[in-house]
Amino acid sequence: MTAPETKALPSTSGTGERRPDTDAGAGPPRKVPPRRRPRAWRWTDMMETAGSLVAAFFLTWLLFTRLLPFRVMPVAFAVVWYALFLPIHWLVTKDGQGRPAAKDRLVTVLIGTGAMFAFAPIVFVIGYVGYRGLKVLRPNFFTETMQIVGPLSKATEGGALHSIIGTLEQLALATAIAVPLGVLTAVYLSEIQGPLARPVRLVADAMTALPSIVAGLFVYSLLIKPHLWLQSGILGSLALAILMLPTVTITAEQVLRVVPGSLREAALALGAPYWRSVLLVVLPTARAGLATAVILGMARVVGETAPVLMTTGGTTVLNTNPFSGHQDNLPLFVFTQIRSSQETQVERAWGGALILLVVVLLLFVLARIAGSAGSGRRRARFPGRGGQRRGR
Amino acid sequence: MQPTGPEGSVTSDMPEKGPHAQEPRKLEARLTDADRLYRAFVASGAGATLVLITLIGVFLLIGALPALRTAGLSFLTTQPWAPDGQPPKFGVAAMMFGTFVSAAVAMVITVPVAVCTSLFINEYAPRSLRRGLTSLVDLMAAIPSLIFAIWGLFLLVPLLQPIEDWAVAQFGGWMPLMEASATGGSLFNAGLIIACMAIPITTSIIREVLAQAPRHECEGALALGGTRWGMITAVILPFGRSGIVGGSMLGLGRALGETLAATLILSIAFEIKPRILENGGITVASGIAIEFRDAQELGLSALMAAGLALFLVTFAINFLAALVANRSRPGAGA
Repeated sequence: MTAPETKALPSTSGTGERRPDTDAGAGPPRKVPPRRRPRAWRWTDMMETAGSLVAAFFLTWLLFTRLLPFRVMPVAFAVVWYALFLPIHWLVTKDGQGRPAAKDRLVTVLIGTGAMFAFAPIVFVIGYVGYRGLKVLRPNFFTETMQIVGPLSKATEGGALHSIIGTLEQLALATAIAVPLGVLTAVYLSEIQGPLARPVRLVADAMTALPSIVAGLFVYSLLIKPHLWLQSGILGSLALAILMLPTVTITAEQVLRVVPGSLREAALALGAPYWRSVLLVVLPTARAGLATAVILGMARVVGETAPVLMTTGGTTVLNTNPFSGHQDNLPLFVFTQIRSSQETQVERAWGGALILLVVVLLLFVLARIAGSAGSGRRRARFPGRGGQRRGR
Repeated sequence: MQPTGPEGSVTSDMPEKGPHAQEPRKLEARLTDADRLYRAFVASGAGATLVLITLIGVFLLIGALPALRTAGLSFLTTQPWAPDGQPPKFGVAAMMFGTFVSAAVAMVITVPVAVCTSLFINEYAPRSLRRGLTSLVDLMAAIPSLIFAIWGLFLLVPLLQPIEDWAVAQFGGWMPLMEASATGGSLFNAGLIIACMAIPITTSIIREVLAQAPRHECEGALALGGTRWGMITAVILPFGRSGIVGGSMLGLGRALGETLAATLILSIAFEIKPRILENGGITVASGIAIEFRDAQELGLSALMAAGLALFLVTFAINFLAALVANRSRPGAGA
């Protein structure tokens, strides 16, 4: 596993101080010099950045307190600071190291900013949900239902047991429906490539864009409205399975396609029939990716509110039978509680949201463990295939 | 394999090509009975998927027919939603407008942020952080939209309210989109929350595609003295164009179909409001979620028509994305 050191180097640091690493496979008697690690930045770069930041700060300060008749709003201050920092930084770098380097540096800052915008929400979401949720989470949240809780009860009374049970059952049922079907379809698409492959792929691709509410609407108007089947957990699972199916299929197909063709051919060359080569070679090789596909599908649907809103009915009573009677589930619990006008109910919704978040985190960690265990084994067996694993 | 002639191609992956290798030899494989069983089994699975998914589209169409027949072309131009009224008066104009505006707001934010984040993780972040950041993005993609929606409702929107008020007060006069009488439950805010949900999934896909950019070409670009940005524009972005389009389209699909953010944040109003910072609006998905409980016969049919319209839009977008992705793939190499 010798992934090439691709530490990127801006041309600016290409001064004569670096020498090519020629020490790698030299003869044993020669003394090995300490390995040089090329760095992507220098201290002067840092100083330039810091200086630009300070300059922009004081320019902004000057602008706001001396020149403009605006009140100093922290947000506006930050925005102007940033807006001034970019050109200053560009000019400073251009002066010292030329235009391409300046552009490179500017883009680095912009990309970093963009990445920050992506990562900031996650921190705030987890932090805020944790903060609000922990205030109401008591052990009874996991053992009681909302059956005897009135609108004036305290937020710590009552619980979401009925919703948790509902979520677990519906998720399990949806997975049980969607995963076998999805993996079979993926095997068909990537291994058999029969006449159905084109239409199936087209339709599955189209279905990834199926709005979740439409899946709910489908089940609602097909089964519930004509009174063929009353609202119940299994109908929720059905709607969720419809949503999971394309995700699982497409992800699994991509994973199967990454399996090196030489492995298949080797299995066939050794005389294995197709079904054995798929079952014993292709699928195990892709196990990590398949686990990811399944988890991706589960994660897509576990928090789906729209379809279960239309199909499971929603209730405050514990109902462990997903096949008959209304059933609640966590997203629905959060949704109904948060829309209530009672402050205590809203508080309880955050408890539900926190549990939902933890469930998702658990699923996620499980997926990672499954995935890395699988790929670790694969790595041990095929040490030369580093390039194949890039990507997932 | 025979030794290559002098004209043996260098660019091909296969180093040697004999004169008879112009077309692949016909391979004949005998299938065992178990193989046939396996094929039939797998094919039946694929067939079931096909049937199930097709059924949804067909059923929606059948269900939507009565409403479409009643409303005719006015279905596309009417704003109010009263399909069970006397006389029934309903259409998707306001819903579609809200859907598109909020999705557009979301995409304007999502695509640049997602591309930046993917590049940051792949090219800029320290090697030791890379795995962690990748996991973080995947984790974000897994967080239910409901949680983003309530977070937005309780934290982000109140936080932005003063800024939006300020923007409306300062620029409302001369920027046509920003006039508003009240802010908060606006399409812009809904779009913002939807962007929060769409960013991770888009980033996740784009990052994965960009990571597959041929490393030797990247290193070549650097070795020739290019800057990192030069390497990105010369190698990675051209390679990943299809991935960027595909990932963005998937994000757009999610943005169009997002129900909860719109349901919770928008102040419901079945009318077209061109000022994106103003309270009020409706999207197709949230319209369905709100109206389905009270819907009678024609009402349900009308909702299905709206759902069908939304689905057709998302389908068309997906189809376009597939076309774009396929066309740019050969140029992207690999």
